[in-house]
Amino acid sequence: MSQSQSQSQSKYFDEMGPGGSPRAVYGRVAKWLADAPDDLLDSRRQQAELMFRRMGITFAVYGDNESTERLIPFDIVPRILGQSEWARLEAGLIQRVQALNMFLADIYGKADILRAGIVPSDLIYRNAAFRPEMVGTPVPHNVYVQIAGIDIVRVDDRDFYVLEDNVRTPSGVSYMLENREAMMRLLPDLFAAHGVAPVDAYPNELLACLKSLAPRGVGNDPVIAVLTPGQYNSAYYEHSFLADKLGVELVEGRDLLVRDDIVYMRTTQGPKRVDVIYRRVDDDFLDPLAFRPDSTLGVPGLMNAYQAGNVTLANAVGTGVADDKAIYTYMPEIIRFYLGADALLKNVPTWRCREPDALKYALEHLPELVVKEVNGSGGYGMLVGPHASKAEIEVFARKLAHDPSNFIAQPTLSLSTCPTATATGVAPRHVDLRPFVLTGASGSRVVPGGLTRVALKEGSLVVNSSQGGGTKDTWVIDDSRLGGV
Amino acid sequence: MLARTADNLYWLARYMERADYIARIVNTTRRLAALPSVHEAERAEWQSALLSAGAAQLYAEARGAVTPASVIDFLVFDPANPSSIVNCIESGRTNARAVRTALTAETWDTINSGWLELTKLLQMNSSARSDSDTLGAILDLAMKLSLDVDGSCYRTMLRNDAYWFGRLGLYLERADNTARILDVKYNILLPETEVVGGTLDYFQWTAILRAVSALTAYNWVYRDSVKPWLIADLLILRPEMPRSLISCYDNMQRFLDAIARAYGRQGASQRLGRQVLTRLENTSINQVFSEGLHEFITGFIDDNNRLGAEIVEQYLLQ
Repeated sequence: MSQSQSQSQSKYFDEMGPGGSPRAVYGRVAKWLADAPDDLLDSRRQQAELMFRRMGITFAVYGDNESTERLIPFDIVPRILGQSEWARLEAGLIQRVQALNMFLADIYGKADILRAGIVPSDLIYRNAAFRPEMVGTPVPHNVYVQIAGIDIVRVDDRDFYVLEDNVRTPSGVSYMLENREAMMRLLPDLFAAHGVAPVDAYPNELLACLKSLAPRGVGNDPVIAVLTPGQYNSAYYEHSFLADKLGVELVEGRDLLVRDDIVYMRTTQGPKRVDVIYRRVDDDFLDPLAFRPDSTLGVPGLMNAYQAGNVTLANAVGTGVADDKAIYTYMPEIIRFYLGADALLKNVPTWRCREPDALKYALEHLPELVVKEVNGSGGYGMLVGPHASKAEIEVFARKLAHDPSNFIAQPTLSLSTCPTATATGVAPRHVDLRPFVLTGASGSRVVPGGLTRVALKEGSLVVNSSQGGGTKDTWVIDDSRLGGV
Repeated sequence: MLARTADNLYWLARYMERADYIARIVNTTRRLAALPSVHEAERAEWQSALLSAGAAQLYAEARGAVTPASVIDFLVFDPANPSSIVNCIESGRTNARAVRTALTAETWDTINSGWLELTKLLQMNSSARSDSDTLGAILDLAMKLSLDVDGSCYRTMLRNDAYWFGRLGLYLERADNTARILDVKYNILLPETEVVGGTLDYFQWTAILRAVSALTAYNWVYRDSVKPWLIADLLILRPEMPRSLISCYDNMQRFLDAIARAYGRQGASQRLGRQVLTRLENTSINQVFSEGLHEFITGFIDDNNRLGAEIVEQYLLQ
């Protein structure tokens, strides 16, 4: 490794801590890494890959004909959080999801927050993800976001920042669970020595949460189904995995039909009523009669059944209006408005390019900013200033000036790094964390851990799996007796 | 269960069974074609392989002239032939992936690993398909995969409708395969009174047995030299022979009844299945020959197709 590289890396906060004096929670792992024979990491990595491939834990990359099924690279060095850090994060996540649910109930209800002038109305009513059909449509217990994936980053050992709220159909939880299985199998001793908080209750918690939100009058044993776009969807593995763990049917749109505003699935014994649908199909494709008429993935009449209150959809229709990157910038105000408290988790400072001053600043500072489309996801359509060429920046500047309200700009965060196995040995790579927050009739819960995504390319800040990112198992361990940070 | 899931399981089993059968046909035909005495008749053997595989018409339209290399390529590799071995394994795996939640982890692992192995074999030799090592490896893979999938279903799946629909697919396909090979070869399976045996006939006869992996079974059941009417008896009427028509229907009846009991309702497929089974139980090989083996077999193939259609109608298309 050249000197300039190691210098540039040292400016990032490393989860394990500086070489020689690891943070307390990483003590054992640091020792294990130091003692591990050269080829151990590589052979474990190969074993993991073989395991994943055989189990078919793959995802599809759109527009990639060569290999329609790819593995998300799995890194076997765990990402570790102490119980005390986790407790802070957990409280912040629950607060945030609570506010998001109240915000949605308000937007589709009395719209107090708009009348109070906290959030500009046109951000809501001119938002493509806003669903007028939902105005006045009640949802059980006012829970709109049953499943949330909140992307978290940090730059030091104190603060967690929310990078993005995902409250439509967030994915990745199957990797959280399968990565854990893999670690327990590949490194049983290291795992056992840490007393890691278990994550395997997630499917149970999810099932309980879905059951608690069944339509009124259904009884205690509602029929639940997972709705998938089908096996060519990039997250199909996860859909089948979850249906399996929940012990419910995995249905496609063509397996469902609606008669007299009741949803049924087609079974070998004729139609059977469905009460709760955990849908992994986007709003636009849910019902060709209500939304995109060309959609073949959806179920004609589903929205009518939903509005009649005969079926629960998780997540609710129209949640996308809350995880828009423009709304994100208002989250601290939104939390204060509904909960009367300051946000426990910080927002990344953000320039809303729709505001002239912010646009001017963004255009002047493009080389040092990250600019994202308000509605973009998956790492597509964004500019990472420090990594872009002059030409790329010029092209992007024109795009930005042409349609400023479609963009937000953020400083390039010095995302924390975590030791990661690479072709040339263990080296720091940037990571983020997506914990999953479940909300049912009796409140929100977070399974301790989440999906740590890691940018495998040296220096890269883009962790999305569609852009060559990998994943790590995330360990929450009891650090009360370890001392130090 | 979901009608689509039942349909996927049913077709998964059919494709696995078919892959095995096509592999056996190709193997036996290669063996037969290698005999010096049939060298001139080689083309006829490959034509009859196409007929046994139910692919003769499609082949004629797609390729025309019958040559050994072209037939092998068509039966084993051709993506344009829905019943080629590669397609059977691909389709089987696609069906399995669509219903992963209805399969045990072991069964999925078996199918997926087999498919990965096939993909590797195909990549290694995309330029040299006729390479006989690759061909042999793929034929072995197809036979082993169908055995492994069958075994893992048997050993690990719950005995409920998911299992029963898979079994129905397997036995329906198997009955179709056995009947097809009898249909193609009926002219050399003569009743006792008309026997004229020669070396060539002996190889033809044993080829039939090999195609349905019944050569050893024959020896055990009859303890006699290979006689054509006994081959017909073995493949049609012997209940202890797992690929005989009667054994396939015995099984199908069992699984159709299990479904009817679980669902509390009988239907057209239960009635037709029972009808065919009763007919097989109440006939002897002499009766079959006196009515005409060819007529008997074509009648059976029609019934079998009808049963397939009834199962689809009653359960899989909702």
